[in-house]
Amino acid sequence: MLDIKSLSASIDGKKILDGFDLKIKPGEVHAIMGPNGSGKSTLANVLTGKNGYEIKGQVFYEGKDLLNLPIEERAQKGLFMAFQYPLEIPGVNTNNFLKTSLNTIRKVRGLKELDSLDFLKLVKTKTKNLKIDEKILNRQLNVGFSGGEKKKNEILQMTILEPKLAILDETDSGLDIDALRIVSDGVNALRSKERSFLIITHYQRLLDYIKPDFVHVLVNGKIAKTGCGELAEELEKVGYERMEIAK
Amino acid sequence: MKQSTINPSEEYKYGFTTDIESIRAPKGLNEDVIKFISNIKKEPHWMLEWRLRAYSRLKNLKEPNWQKPKYPKIDYQDLYYYSAPKGSENKPKSLDEVDPKLIETYKKLGISLKEQEKLSGVAVDAVFDSVSVATTFKDKLTEKGIIFCPISEAIQKHPDLVKKYIGSVIPITDHYFATLNSAVFTDGSFVYIPEGVRCPMELSTYFRINASETGQFERTLIIADKGSYVSYLEGCTAPMRDENQLHAANVELIALDDAEIKYSTIQNWYPGDENGKGGIYNFVTKRGACRGKNSKISWTQVETGSAITWKYPSCILQGDNSVGEFYSVAITNNYQKADTGTKMIHLGKNTKSKIISKGISGGHGDNTYRGLVRISSKAHNSRNYTQCDSLLMGNKCGAHTVPYIENKNSSSNIEHEATTSKISEEQLFYCNQRGLNQEEAISLIVNGFCKEVLQQLPMEFAVEAQKLVGISLEGSVG
Repeated sequence: MLDIKSLSASIDGKKILDGFDLKIKPGEVHAIMGPNGSGKSTLANVLTGKNGYEIKGQVFYEGKDLLNLPIEERAQKGLFMAFQYPLEIPGVNTNNFLKTSLNTIRKVRGLKELDSLDFLKLVKTKTKNLKIDEKILNRQLNVGFSGGEKKKNEILQMTILEPKLAILDETDSGLDIDALRIVSDGVNALRSKERSFLIITHYQRLLDYIKPDFVHVLVNGKIAKTGCGELAEELEKVGYERMEIAK
Repeated sequence: MKQSTINPSEEYKYGFTTDIESIRAPKGLNEDVIKFISNIKKEPHWMLEWRLRAYSRLKNLKEPNWQKPKYPKIDYQDLYYYSAPKGSENKPKSLDEVDPKLIETYKKLGISLKEQEKLSGVAVDAVFDSVSVATTFKDKLTEKGIIFCPISEAIQKHPDLVKKYIGSVIPITDHYFATLNSAVFTDGSFVYIPEGVRCPMELSTYFRINASETGQFERTLIIADKGSYVSYLEGCTAPMRDENQLHAANVELIALDDAEIKYSTIQNWYPGDENGKGGIYNFVTKRGACRGKNSKISWTQVETGSAITWKYPSCILQGDNSVGEFYSVAITNNYQKADTGTKMIHLGKNTKSKIISKGISGGHGDNTYRGLVRISSKAHNSRNYTQCDSLLMGNKCGAHTVPYIENKNSSSNIEHEATTSKISEEQLFYCNQRGLNQEEAISLIVNGFCKEVLQQLPMEFAVEAQKLVGISLEGSVG
């Protein structure tokens, strides 16, 4: 699915990722944990194609070079990111945004575009399953949404777009326990043999709900340690600093 | 940020010229040229007299220069004031008699005059340079007593109506460009809706500048008699040329008691190239008089074209309880400039006006909203609501809001709201990450921004306008 080979990224001359390696196979859930400034969000940004980074190294997605693709093509090929800070877009109806996005992606995948009625049916089912209030659909995209609503909206989008590889960038931060459950239920419902997840988080808390196959500790732009679920718990106990020393 | 690669010819797909033989008036502006125009239009003497009165007044007038967008001096003697496809002196009686090349031109513009007759249910008057070439659906409208024809034809066939109303909203004593138009106007549309009649279809005029070194001076006159209703739409395009061409139209609307006129414009004149070379100077005077009680005039404009757009579609709210509305989207990209807005003049009691203006600037574009709300001492209990929103794309464009408010009546109420926002790279990244490319993302954001205005357009044109808004802003975020 994803093969990252000695990836380095710097911004304004400052190196953030430094020789990062990671392989994700279809169906796997990987968690990346790390202290502030370790490069977690940069990794998500570089994979999705955000501008402004100087990049070295290679990334293969489904066997093909990812780094030369425009942002939208990566998305169309099934790469999704749940944003840490979802953007507000005034005047754009959430429902309409989702429909435009879904139909653009469906078109690229050679599927029939959904008309308004079919789309509404789909989105109503999904909001219900996710226990998200469907009122957000008729509001302007993320405008005036609470932190929790924004994150839920990201999970709703992920559910509807059905990506092949979903990156969750600190989706859990700032969530209360109920919202956290909605987010993790959303992820768990989507888990399948074909679909992979890269979950970026500060805290072990989320991993109580989403059991990852692998946990990686990111320190100074590279993976310092890899383990299974217990690694997260261990981290929670000893903290990143001690972990770093242990390295 | 990634620059979009667009074939220039795709950016303005109406930029073609039609190779057609034309008859022109001699170059320059003088009494002989005015007589030439009046003569070729077979006008009655009073019309020529009126034109000449306007011309003699024009000689003492100066161009206004208080507007924000400045332009090089126009040599009015170096322009042609009349250009018409050859053979059009004898008006075609049916579409079959219209030069096939002209039919083809309108087809390229997306207006298939022949199909239009059968399918879309929109009556179209097509104006090519200085003459009207075809009007569709005439018979069906005549049944209801509606007159929809070129103004040159109305001057001949309905002189009483024209005489009574022409110049009654924009007199020949008005400002420079309006008076210039009164002297040399060539064609345009005339609409009369009889008392109590609701016009059963959208009326539409399509203006096309084709000839070079030619100014277009059309004049439109719409009269809605008591208790009638009409919705009218104009669209405009022109070929791509290096020179700047002048378009100075006058539009007069008159709504009598309980009548309503809805006037929509989709203005897509050639905007000039990406370096600001060429393009239309769109200096237009549009004014409506709500003359009767309970009358209503609503202007909706989508201004995406022209090098300079300079216009203030206005409402004079004379009748008690009359309503004026102005909905505007003005887009300036590359080096385009716009100074546009409205004037709401409240004279009658309980008059209401609403102004919704959305200005969008990209590239080096510069956009000014300028609007006047005047409430006279007798306009008791009048209300105005104004909302001006500006959207900026990139760092080199500008947006300005210049509201003038004059209230002489203490029982009246005026509200003004204004916002300025910017499309951020982050917003675009978010949309891109959801699979939308740059153009789709911009189009989505901008259409969301001006939705309130686009919703006012007749349904047949709203979709077209949405697309146009997207296209006009291609490559606007540098």
